Amino acid sequence: QSTLVVAEHNNDTLTPITLNAITAASKLGGEVTCLVAGTNCAQVVEQLSKVQGVQKILVAQHDSYKGSLPEELTPLILQTQKQFNFTHICAGASAFGKNLLPRVAAKLDVAPISDIIEIKSPDTFVRAIYAGNALCTMKCNESIKIFTVRGTSFEAASTEGGSATSADAVTCPPPAGVSEWLEQCLTKNDRPDLTSAKVVVSGGRGLKSGDNFQLLYDLADKMNAAVGASRAAVDAGYVPNDMQVGQTGKIVAPELYIAVGISGAIQHLAGMKDSKTIVAINKDPEAPIFQVADLGLVADLFKAVPEMTKALDK
Amino acid sequence: MSGRVLVGVKRVIDYAVKIRVKPDNSCVVTDGVKHSMNPFCEIAVEEAVKMKEKKLIKEVVVVSCGPQQAMETIRTALAMGADRGIHVEVTGKDYENLGPLQVSKIMAALAKKEDALLVILGKQAIDDDCNQTGQMTAALLDWPQGTFASELSMEGDKIKVVREIDGGLETVKINTPAVITADLRLNTPRYATLPNIMKAKKKKIANVKPADLGVDITSRLEVLRVDEPAQRQAGVKVETVDDLIARLKEAGRI
Repeated sequence: QSTLVVAEHNNDTLTPITLNAITAASKLGGEVTCLVAGTNCAQVVEQLSKVQGVQKILVAQHDSYKGSLPEELTPLILQTQKQFNFTHICAGASAFGKNLLPRVAAKLDVAPISDIIEIKSPDTFVRAIYAGNALCTMKCNESIKIFTVRGTSFEAASTEGGSATSADAVTCPPPAGVSEWLEQCLTKNDRPDLTSAKVVVSGGRGLKSGDNFQLLYDLADKMNAAVGASRAAVDAGYVPNDMQVGQTGKIVAPELYIAVGISGAIQHLAGMKDSKTIVAINKDPEAPIFQVADLGLVADLFKAVPEMTKALDK
Repeated sequence: MSGRVLVGVKRVIDYAVKIRVKPDNSCVVTDGVKHSMNPFCEIAVEEAVKMKEKKLIKEVVVVSCGPQQAMETIRTALAMGADRGIHVEVTGKDYENLGPLQVSKIMAALAKKEDALLVILGKQAIDDDCNQTGQMTAALLDWPQGTFASELSMEGDKIKVVREIDGGLETVKINTPAVITADLRLNTPRYATLPNIMKAKKKKIANVKPADLGVDITSRLEVLRVDEPAQRQAGVKVETVDDLIARLKEAGRI
């Protein structure tokens, strides 16, 4: 038994969800190997070598891996698989992992399993379906098991005291050359990342405009919180989609989640119901969000939020 | 451009319906429950129809795999402006076990048969939430993939795709033929008008079986059980902001 974890990184740093995927891989038992493919990824290899649970690192450096295009990474993973015969291949269930692993799986004629939240045994996994309204336990009878891992469902592997014994360079297959990465435009953000923040403040349609989200930013700054939004707020054009918390957006599980002006649609709840403490501020006492909130405040958010920001100043 | 676009559409439980798990934990209750087209598939249909209206392509062919009811979903797409349909008939136990890998094999076979320039699919279905079919169809065809697309533009024989990624957007340029999967912001799907619904009734829907396409639909995934998630208990209502802050401090959250 042996597992390949496809590492996600930006050539400088390892993306945190890779650490959650490493924990999931460790749970399977057997050796854990990480594949780092990039243009210049020595720093990432250095970071990975300190991560607990990683035994081996494979490094593939080539210009064609710029932008982590699935058309380029797939032949590399297939070649690696041919050489090492892993029993499992996994990655984080991020835009990167979701884009790449199904492509690899289809090439191997294997049905992949997306976004697992629990490992029952090396061939049995649990995943959420219907936006988290049902949990499905499935047995995978494929010879190679390929899956992506929901980050919030597995602890991050420790980044110190690692045990990787080797970092070997891999020969890169010839570039496919059918796609080209042009640019990346990340939303500038001085706040913590939504999926890893300890506190998240989210706004919904109740905010009434994009400008009014400033109220949430002011509150978030006092708490070192990330700011999210419901799909309704995104659809209304108040904020960009990368702020969306929900089944079709980001899944978060912070220690504290503050839902402001969010009614609590099923698909939003699916994205945040694993938060440790949920606070809801909404003027409608019947809003479904109150059914999952630990602390509910029925109030006009335009009064309550500034009052809260002010109170935290003290 | 004069190409053909193949669009996959899936019939799913309507997004507004509250899901219930069957008492025997085998699956969710689907009988007597309102179904409609998967919302991401609607976006895919809209994008293809828009491309035809801009004369970038010549024909939109819509495909759905499933029992007889899949025809309704195809009709909806035809009413939105697709030209013709292909119903890939899969019923009974085969339909229960039909997963993204099998559908990808069907889509890939049809893309070749129809000589498609593009296959456009929704990024995921809101029932199984797999987010795999587009990527796997691209793999089986050895075509590039533009997944989670929020903007498409044709540039000669290539397509520029703006993609939704974690933390922002990314732009890639891919060769055609290609597979595209639609994300939320790609467009707002139109409602079918009554005259168009009437017109759609006259449009052709071909019936094929997976075997006609040489596709084996055996699945090696087995659903062992389906459970309700643990329900969160409602907490307490507080009266004031001060009370709220005091309780959060007490719980050590701030």
